[in-house]
Amino acid sequence: MNATTLIANVMRLLNRSGFRARSLVIAVPFWWLFVFFLIPFAVVAKISFSEAIIARPPYSPLYTWTEDGVLQLKLFFSNYAYLLDDTLYVSAYWSSIKVAFFSTVIALLIAYPMAYYIARTTERRRNVLLMLIILPFWTSFLLRVYAWIGILKTNGIINNILMSVGITSEPIIMMQTNFAVYVGIVYTYLPFMILPLFTNLVKLDPSLLEASADLGARPMTTFFKITLPLSVPGIIAGSMLVFIPVIGEFVIPALLGGPDTLMIGKVLWNEFFSNRDWPVASAVAVVMLVLLVIPIMLLRNAQNASAGAAS
Amino acid sequence: MKKILSLAVLAALSTTPVLASGKTLNIYNWSDYIAEDTIKKFEEKTGIKVTYDVYDSNEVLEAKMLAGSSGYDVVVPTADFLQRQIAAGVYAKLDKSKLPNLKNMDSGLMKALGNFDPGNEYAVIYLWGTTGIGYNTKAVAKRLGDNAPTDSWALVFDPANAAKLKDCGISLLDAPTEVIPAAMNYLGLDPRSTKKEDFEKAAALLTKIRPFVRYFHSSQYISDLANGDICVSVGWSGDVFQARDRADEAKKGVEIGYSIPKEGALQWFDTLAIPVDSKHKDEALAFINFVMDAQITADITNYVWYANGNAASLPMVEQDIKDDAGIFPPDEVKAKLWGAKVYKKRTDRVITRLWTKVKTGK
Repeated sequence: MNATTLIANVMRLLNRSGFRARSLVIAVPFWWLFVFFLIPFAVVAKISFSEAIIARPPYSPLYTWTEDGVLQLKLFFSNYAYLLDDTLYVSAYWSSIKVAFFSTVIALLIAYPMAYYIARTTERRRNVLLMLIILPFWTSFLLRVYAWIGILKTNGIINNILMSVGITSEPIIMMQTNFAVYVGIVYTYLPFMILPLFTNLVKLDPSLLEASADLGARPMTTFFKITLPLSVPGIIAGSMLVFIPVIGEFVIPALLGGPDTLMIGKVLWNEFFSNRDWPVASAVAVVMLVLLVIPIMLLRNAQNASAGAAS
Repeated sequence: MKKILSLAVLAALSTTPVLASGKTLNIYNWSDYIAEDTIKKFEEKTGIKVTYDVYDSNEVLEAKMLAGSSGYDVVVPTADFLQRQIAAGVYAKLDKSKLPNLKNMDSGLMKALGNFDPGNEYAVIYLWGTTGIGYNTKAVAKRLGDNAPTDSWALVFDPANAAKLKDCGISLLDAPTEVIPAAMNYLGLDPRSTKKEDFEKAAALLTKIRPFVRYFHSSQYISDLANGDICVSVGWSGDVFQARDRADEAKKGVEIGYSIPKEGALQWFDTLAIPVDSKHKDEALAFINFVMDAQITADITNYVWYANGNAASLPMVEQDIKDDAGIFPPDEVKAKLWGAKVYKKRTDRVITRLWTKVKTGK
């Protein structure tokens, strides 16, 4: 029996037992998600049902074996009830969603023309432009946010230029404001919006645009009736890549934002570090995840629907 | 060019002393909180290779300690945090037979630390300081006149003053258990009170000055004060002195002052302690003993401008530091300082919640 027939026989056996080569391919991302997402999430979920105590680690064990061999399971649902008790959590979730929504919209408005141009330009120039989009990733994200501090602060680059030109006599306070947070977020996440939009727009068949023009449509009409609807999957993909991580964003508001920038990441930090209440912090994280699943599902459905319509 | 670069790397590598012993020590200390040459001297003396990391808040240190397996061998908790962490079983008892330099320590201050760590079993004093007011002398005088109350909490906590300082920038430490008691002290309440009404009164006062506060942060104010980006900070004494030092070096005409308010201020102790799961306890003890050397501690105080708890080091401390009432306060000022209070969990939550309310209005 040679090797090829051996492999064929093994495959047949596996197939008969319900195993497909496809499952092998799916297995890698599946295990990845299992190990790096589901297990950590299970740990967080477990802590969210315990009680904070002064110990190391600072929460009570979920279950204990009593001396006569009885398994005792203690679940504290109070951590979740507590989140509704205080309006802080609801308003923090709400303002995180708001910041994420406006950041996504602003990023989309900036990214779309950029992606459109990159998709339409000559191949030579396209490669250079794509390189420029990716280039900032070679520098640490943290350093780039710090660079914005230098640009935006009271004695920073913008204020120095404005004051030396004489546009303003007093420095404009931009650091520690929501404006700085939006600048930081949109700047950081812009590539994640541009790249999916680009991959979508570059596939657009130019003959469709020609057909539209031949039928007498003006460029604007063509854009709104042909290009924009066909690029919806790219818009959705880009929006998801921006919206979802921004909701949980902690670093940018912490570095650029003021004390009144209320976001769920900061509230979580407070629960974890200032209150030393790991269970409530975990409950905040679990609720955030559940809240995120809803928009993800909606967007995925929309994406599937538009993909189905396009094909 | 590449050749020059690799030569430079080689040169840098060869100047690092070859540490034959293979012993290592991982230290986790506050940022800007040690003399430039302390670690180098320790490595040269003992042959122990040191990895040195920094943090800027007790909360971050505490989270690492409570999670366990931090990998650090020497950490520098503030005394009130130390007390709670001892209760959680975070630290190992010090083997005092390996700390002969304990004899250098100031017995009065070590006794004060005993309020948090009875019998000084787990920690020794590293440095101590106060939480007071750092200010840009010219910027404040320009807005409040030459009689500005720079020696009083009224400078920040009186809304009329704070309003006038808004444009040049006020910062508060992002440390609720230090700022809220200071506000209570200004209101004439006991800063160590644990009554919810007292916290609420302080929070109400802070809410009134909140519109005039630029930010709440525990390390950024050092460079911002020095650069003139802000003009008044409720901050830690030595950090304000570092700002003063940096402002002098920059020569941009910024002058920084520090005052312990006449109403009183928090006196805190930072301590050296060894996590219970440290894998290099002997090296950690060697380091703690090394730091307690009179000359080494004097060098650190001369560099970071914080007072120390080492009586034997005082002759080596520079005269102008010893004479500075903001660093080594005279007895009548000392009498008004208060020690940190360790709160119950429920109280901690009340304070954090009020703090969030002050900061965000929610």
